[in-house]
Amino acid sequence: MKLEPLLIPLFALLASLALFGVFVALAGQRPLDVYFEMYRGAFGTWFSFQNTLQRACPLLLTALCTALPARAGLVVIGGEGAFVVGGLAAAAAGVALAGTPRGVILGGLFAAGAAAGALWIGLSGFLRARRGVNETISSLLLTYIGVALLNHFVEGPLRDPESLNKPSTRHIGEANMLGSIPGLDVHWGLAVGVLACIAAYVLMERTVFGFAAALVGGNTRAARLSGIGVASIVVTTCALGGAAAGVAGAFEVAAVHGRANASLAAGYGYTGVLVSFLARHNALAVIPVSIFLGGIAASGGLLQRVFGLPDATVSVLQGILFVVLIASDTLYGRIRWGAAKGAHA
Amino acid sequence: MHALLGENGAGKSTLVKCLMGFYQPDAGELSVDGEVVSVRSPRDAQAHGIGMVYQHFTLVENMTVAENLLIARRELPAVIDWKHELAELRAFMQRMPFKIEPARPVRKLAAGEKQKLEILKQLYLGSRVVILDEPTSVLTPDEADEVLGLVRRMAERGELSVLVITHKFREVLAFADDVTILRRGQHIVTDRAKNLTPEKMAELMVGPEPPKQSSARAEREPGDLALELIGLSADDDLGLPVLEALTLEVRSGEIVGIAGVSGNGQEELVEVLAGQRTLRAGTVRVGRRPYTSTREEIRAQRVRLLPEAPLKNACVAGLPLSHNIALRDFDRPPFTVARWGIRFGALERRAEEAIRTFRIRTPGARAPIGQLSGGNVQRAVLARELAGEVALLIAANPCFGLDFGAVAEIRSRLMDARNAGTAVLLISADLEEIFALSDRILVMSEGKLVYETRADTADLLEIGRHMAGHA
Repeated sequence: MKLEPLLIPLFALLASLALFGVFVALAGQRPLDVYFEMYRGAFGTWFSFQNTLQRACPLLLTALCTALPARAGLVVIGGEGAFVVGGLAAAAAGVALAGTPRGVILGGLFAAGAAAGALWIGLSGFLRARRGVNETISSLLLTYIGVALLNHFVEGPLRDPESLNKPSTRHIGEANMLGSIPGLDVHWGLAVGVLACIAAYVLMERTVFGFAAALVGGNTRAARLSGIGVASIVVTTCALGGAAAGVAGAFEVAAVHGRANASLAAGYGYTGVLVSFLARHNALAVIPVSIFLGGIAASGGLLQRVFGLPDATVSVLQGILFVVLIASDTLYGRIRWGAAKGAHA
Repeated sequence: MHALLGENGAGKSTLVKCLMGFYQPDAGELSVDGEVVSVRSPRDAQAHGIGMVYQHFTLVENMTVAENLLIARRELPAVIDWKHELAELRAFMQRMPFKIEPARPVRKLAAGEKQKLEILKQLYLGSRVVILDEPTSVLTPDEADEVLGLVRRMAERGELSVLVITHKFREVLAFADDVTILRRGQHIVTDRAKNLTPEKMAELMVGPEPPKQSSARAEREPGDLALELIGLSADDDLGLPVLEALTLEVRSGEIVGIAGVSGNGQEELVEVLAGQRTLRAGTVRVGRRPYTSTREEIRAQRVRLLPEAPLKNACVAGLPLSHNIALRDFDRPPFTVARWGIRFGALERRAEEAIRTFRIRTPGARAPIGQLSGGNVQRAVLARELAGEVALLIAANPCFGLDFGAVAEIRSRLMDARNAGTAVLLISADLEEIFALSDRILVMSEGKLVYETRADTADLLEIGRHMAGHA
């Protein structure tokens, strides 16, 4: 029984790869060759592995945006929105603080990113708790608003007049940007993301707050019976998740682009949803799954160069993975292990 | 008309589920009209003319009587010719001893009418053997007599064979021809009903050992005010008024029983007290202080609650037993470390202790509570809710669906709590339970408290009339 949470996602993974193989074959390539190249492009060399880690960084944090509220029984899929408004707020703060010491700029930038993300998803939680609005729908719709806000600000009030063909905010200054982790070509978001996942795990599995959240997620009626403030748990888990995604957006600004522009909305928030589901909303499992999906993304370029497959091929794999994974949820508790049969007769 | 009699847990439901094809018997055979048949599903049962009326209605509330009858059929044409079907239904109703207008929505039917519709449904499907599972548990005594009387007359005319599951002797003696008594899964006796007396049946049901006596009621005067409801009103899930201006007091050391046919607002009243439903008007006071079911108030004012359907209302099915027992105090020492952390070891040790003292049958403290049987879930909830000093205990149908031994044990614990000075509000659809435990009895009908009496001078018929809403 204990093996189920491992075996079922593994099975889903293999089934997805098989389906993806069919797709690849239809595109005129040999599936095994493609699998091998994907492995090479993701984990085969030190260079490709670093590329994988870079892509995993934002996923670690955006996955928490789904994983934390999931503990309280919510399905939040608006990590993309929190990521984008987090990045926008971070860039605005970085520009506004120009001229102050580097530490102040970076501190303000990350605080702004976290606060914006927390507000964004917290709003979804608030609507759920107070008005009964479905959090899945509201967080998704808030993402569209978030992207629209980003476009509005980078093309209007916050636009750097020098950014001509790609409207962006002003740069926070190369000297103020975050560097890489020593010895790696990966920015500090990786370390922060891993620590955040561990902290989220401890919070949800070992503390009074996590226990209360599990009660709310498991049976809201029982939680109310024991006097737990259901609304505050719902809003808090949403806000924490949003803050994580907001910080991911802030890293994108502070460590990658130095400014906010349309390339923030690159889909990291959506992939985070996939990561969280693959990890069964377990914050520790988010770490390896992020690296795995980071690897898939990293291998996209190689597939294009070697096989002439379109860039979106890896999105097809992600899409297949998601659908198969959700479908495999129905397998829980249904697998008959030879010995267990008849035990409940 | 054959009555199947036995305590809760005697195996009556399991037996009829075999007849209906929900379960497959390990041994033995079933014959219909002298022919051995195998029933693998309720559909097979229907094909053999066996039908069942379940304890809880299986009607679609938002559909009409006619629609409910049609959807029960095994096969329907792709396009329904309503004119033709309605004509057929009316003709069918003409032949029946009781009639319900096919165009009426089921939502508007009274409980007794719904029960009749369930029986009509079986006749409409052509069932010749109808099994009634505790058909009167949701009816007032008058409605019960009417429904059973109608079925009885059909059986007398030879139109129908009826197997009725019950634990009410009165119904057996008044309506059944034969009786079969089961005890702990064994066939004890089958006899003509007229050869049996209530005393004899009780003895056969319970067995040679005397029934475990519930704790005795200690003589004591009610103490201080423990619970006050003042003008309490609330709405149901659709926003319609379901509780109207309830006012009542419970003092420490007394059991106040609220009787009534289920579905007259009892469930919503418990939900309000449990903090699961918001008030439209009125106030709740516990120990002379306002009470809004927050965690702090629950703890300070020492309120405990045994809701009905404990797995649905008071447990998290997927979490371990140890977590579920900790619902009230997981955030307090000795179960916390450094204020915010939880000692899972301490939770488990406490659960082990509860498993021993309350004789909870479980694979272990870590087993998800959803895997336990109903009686053991109720024991676990009892272990949690009766821990420590309790000022006010609210119990809703605490013995529903439990076996004989568990019923005696739970009633004893309620009486012990009362004797020790706890105020108990007992909400139950089982009149026998209300009479056995209460010091005072109130009757709830259509969301109002319509009648109050002392238990020792209470008149069953009077209470029945108020339950039915015409007094």
